[in-house]
Amino acid sequence: MRFELTPRTNSSTVMRIFASIAAFITAFLIAGFVIWLMGRSPLAAFDVYVLQPLSDPWSLQELIVKATPMALIAIGLSYCFRANLWNIGAEGQYVIGAVLGGWLALRTHGTDAGLWVLPLMLLLGILGGALWGLIPAFLKTRFGVNEILTSLMLVYVAQLTLDYLVRGPWRDPQGFNFPQSVTFDPAATLPPILEAGRVHYGAVFAAIAVVVTAVILGRTLFGYRLKLTGDAPRAARFAGFSSKATTLAVFAISGGLAGLAGISEVSGQIGQLQPSISPGYGFTAITVAFLGRLNPIGILVASLVVALTFIGGESAQIMLKLPLDLTQAFQGILLLCVLAADAMVSYRIRFVTRGGGK
Amino acid sequence: MTTFEAILLTIVTASTPLLIAALGELVTERSGVLNLGVEGMMVMGAACSFAAAVTFDSTLLGVAAGMLAGALMAALFALLVLGFAANQTGSGLALTILGLGLSGLIGAPFVGARRDPIAPVDIPVLSDIPIVGRLFFEQDLFVYASIVLTVLVGLYLMRTRSGLTLRSIGENHTSANALGLPVWRVRFWAILFGGACAGLAGAYLALVYTRFWSPGMTAGRGWIALALVVFAAWRPGWVLVGAYIFGAATVLQLHAQAAQFGVPSQVLSAVPYLATIVALLLLSIRHGRAIGAPGSLGVPFVPDR
Amino acid sequence: MFSGKVFGALAGATVLALSATGAVAQPKDKIKIGFIYVGPVGDHGWSYQHDQGRQAIEKAFPGKVTTTFVESVPEADSERAIEQLARTGHDLIFTTSFGFMEPTLKVAKKYPNIKFEHATGFKRNPNLSTYAAKFHEGRYIIGQIAGKMTKSNTIGYVGAFPIPEVIAGINAFYLGAQSVNPNVKIKIVFANTWYDPAKEGDAAKALLDQGVDMLAQHTDSPAPIQAAEARGKFGFGQASDMERFAPKAQLTAIIDDWSQYYVARAKAVLDGTWKSEDTWGGLASNMVVMAPYKNMPDDVKKLAQETEAAIRSGQLNPFKCPIIGQDGKEIECKGQGALSDQQVLGMNFYVKGIEDRIPK
Repeated sequence: MRFELTPRTNSSTVMRIFASIAAFITAFLIAGFVIWLMGRSPLAAFDVYVLQPLSDPWSLQELIVKATPMALIAIGLSYCFRANLWNIGAEGQYVIGAVLGGWLALRTHGTDAGLWVLPLMLLLGILGGALWGLIPAFLKTRFGVNEILTSLMLVYVAQLTLDYLVRGPWRDPQGFNFPQSVTFDPAATLPPILEAGRVHYGAVFAAIAVVVTAVILGRTLFGYRLKLTGDAPRAARFAGFSSKATTLAVFAISGGLAGLAGISEVSGQIGQLQPSISPGYGFTAITVAFLGRLNPIGILVASLVVALTFIGGESAQIMLKLPLDLTQAFQGILLLCVLAADAMVSYRIRFVTRGGGK
Repeated sequence: MTTFEAILLTIVTASTPLLIAALGELVTERSGVLNLGVEGMMVMGAACSFAAAVTFDSTLLGVAAGMLAGALMAALFALLVLGFAANQTGSGLALTILGLGLSGLIGAPFVGARRDPIAPVDIPVLSDIPIVGRLFFEQDLFVYASIVLTVLVGLYLMRTRSGLTLRSIGENHTSANALGLPVWRVRFWAILFGGACAGLAGAYLALVYTRFWSPGMTAGRGWIALALVVFAAWRPGWVLVGAYIFGAATVLQLHAQAAQFGVPSQVLSAVPYLATIVALLLLSIRHGRAIGAPGSLGVPFVPDR
Repeated sequence: MFSGKVFGALAGATVLALSATGAVAQPKDKIKIGFIYVGPVGDHGWSYQHDQGRQAIEKAFPGKVTTTFVESVPEADSERAIEQLARTGHDLIFTTSFGFMEPTLKVAKKYPNIKFEHATGFKRNPNLSTYAAKFHEGRYIIGQIAGKMTKSNTIGYVGAFPIPEVIAGINAFYLGAQSVNPNVKIKIVFANTWYDPAKEGDAAKALLDQGVDMLAQHTDSPAPIQAAEARGKFGFGQASDMERFAPKAQLTAIIDDWSQYYVARAKAVLDGTWKSEDTWGGLASNMVVMAPYKNMPDDVKKLAQETEAAIRSGQLNPFKCPIIGQDGKEIECKGQGALSDQQVLGMNFYVKGIEDRIPK
């Protein structure tokens, strides 16, 4: 017995959405089974993981806070992934964005610097992320070095750079030598959208990124060029699209958005530079990008879903004493199910009993 | 034992898990499949090997369980990328996330348990040769196994008919399929072999290197193994060289600290990663682009009809 | 399964919290206490010991106190987890890592009726206490043991990061060793991680390869002491008693014992006597406990016990003046006959005799 795959010519949007829902249900069933194996009630878990956070205004707000950086980064990654370029170093680009933007905040600390500080910080954040992202892109276009590995190695370098800075030269002189910078001035703080809320303007940036990306991918030549480069590199070359220019462009875009996420989190959420400024957003965003099928709206939804698993995971720890590892395992299962469902939409899969297909 | 010998010994043991995992991935990639889930398979290997070793009080069973766990994870990956022609990059990453979570659940009851060290195997006479004697002939079994494995993988790929088949499938699966070569079957076993090796590497970490289980204990070593395959330009001998160079960079930065050079420890900690980038760069400059990469690497195989 | 029960308790607790509005704290019959851990409960080190303290509370007040914890909370994203505990009817919340300082302060200001306790920080509020332990007291003792026992006259130290707490530990360790062995040398390696067993093990092996025969550690896993055991050298457990990982190598261990403090703070909330305080406990208050002295000659054991007693009684302070800095100049003595608490808490210099430089 063996499989046989045939590409489907008529994979419709309806089918894709239906497949997504089926994938989610499958993932929930598998997770429920695991929870049952652990001697807990799957229904209670579903209640705590999903229903409660969705029915409570506070959790909904936290959902947006948590989803913001992941959505921003994942939108950027979708440019790379569409062109079949594998930037998995967004975590490092996020960190360097925060470092470069944070530099200005520290530089202007205690001065009367006015309204120009924050916009410039955000720009520096974008620039920092983009430059860090361009390193693997340049090494790839100029020397043919594999971008997966260089972008990943640069994550560690970025983290160590931040670590060095906040333990050394950028340490708060009044902070008892603890490893953190001074707290940013109000002029260098990204304000919350609502006075008392925790949702900062990063969420607006993410929303803008979604809309702009939807337009770019759907309606411009650049969007077409990305798709062609990814799906049919030879055709793209015949069409006169330079793959080098595309590579540099998508890495700059994804690095820039990761950098923007970094500086937004630091100035809007954390309020200072410290050794650890990300709980792995850059890596989780890869999951988000795939879950959202590299589609901007899909990514927006996926970022909220993944945020839900984190928030629900914390509630589950508090209320049901379910371990944190379960959340991570669930994310893995969910991603596998969605990828499988995706493939089933793209290909017709048949079981052949003998001989066929050789 | 002189300081020099001691340092070399430490480097060899630090490099061994990287070498084993990278060899497995090399075979998988030579068949044309990119499995980014090495980290996930490795950490599952570590958790399951430790759980089995403690439960049955047997290192041997532990090792077997580790390899089995890695292979099972790989089978799941194979189902997705071969059966469903799913995106290989995404599936590999999903495998890593799943492995990290699942291993935590499996390992949880074994936190705090410990295993006795495995005695080094002393090969008589040879181990008395100065310097190299101690280095190469008084190691634990895994170290010997990793070197034997390097030779075997090299011989298999370059000197056997079956190895030739695997390579031609990796080079161009469409024409291999046209020639009647069993693309799916070969790839399935190659993926499984990669998983078993990653599991074995995890078992080494848990049973020999640290001798206890802790969540996420692979700490990025699976990714380094992936880098080594590219560094080695998909040649087994160079994987060995690369693993030892990386191991040396990791260990020597600690010695540089102990020797009191006064360089920030963060700079020294970054050395292995920067060295990897520089090595990849130099290699690409010398050999031109994409040297040795199997032609069909990472491309889903859907036969033309 | 038992979510219904949790819900009942939850609703009750919320009502309680609301009714307790007002400055005067009321005695309570039933309270809920929450913990935020930075690592996994099973790390054998820092978070593990806090969890032991949590369990001690449950044992001390059966039926009166329920506890919950959230583990592996990333410092950069901890505000939500802390607020989650505050919102689910917890009366007292312990946040057990330095990196939780700002988020704890933010949440504490938002929930003035809930009591907060932050470990190892320095920012307080009327409803936010801080607490930490004088681990350097224990490190002075193990320094003396190492100084006495070393044959190579070279002792080693695996540190996590060059932060004041670790620097103070290294200095206390070295001062202890110097007090019994003026010729002793120290080698220091920073692993740049609190918890990565393989990396910590590599750091320990690097030190052992360089001729170190006594190994102290300020990282959390048993990997360094295990490396000492494998080489037939000696080491000291960190945070918890690591004897089972290294029965022949462990001379003693510096145990973080939070149980007495946690039980006292829980009782204070029950009695309505809780106040915002800054606690810095050491051997005398049993926050720092030495594991049994083993694998050493009787005279060394006796010395260690005497030193322990002297520190406990206040006769001996590891940082008694004069303290000479690396440059040979005396450090200004801001405390009474010893360095002040502030000087120790913010320590960023090595004492004379340490040849390494603090990575800046």
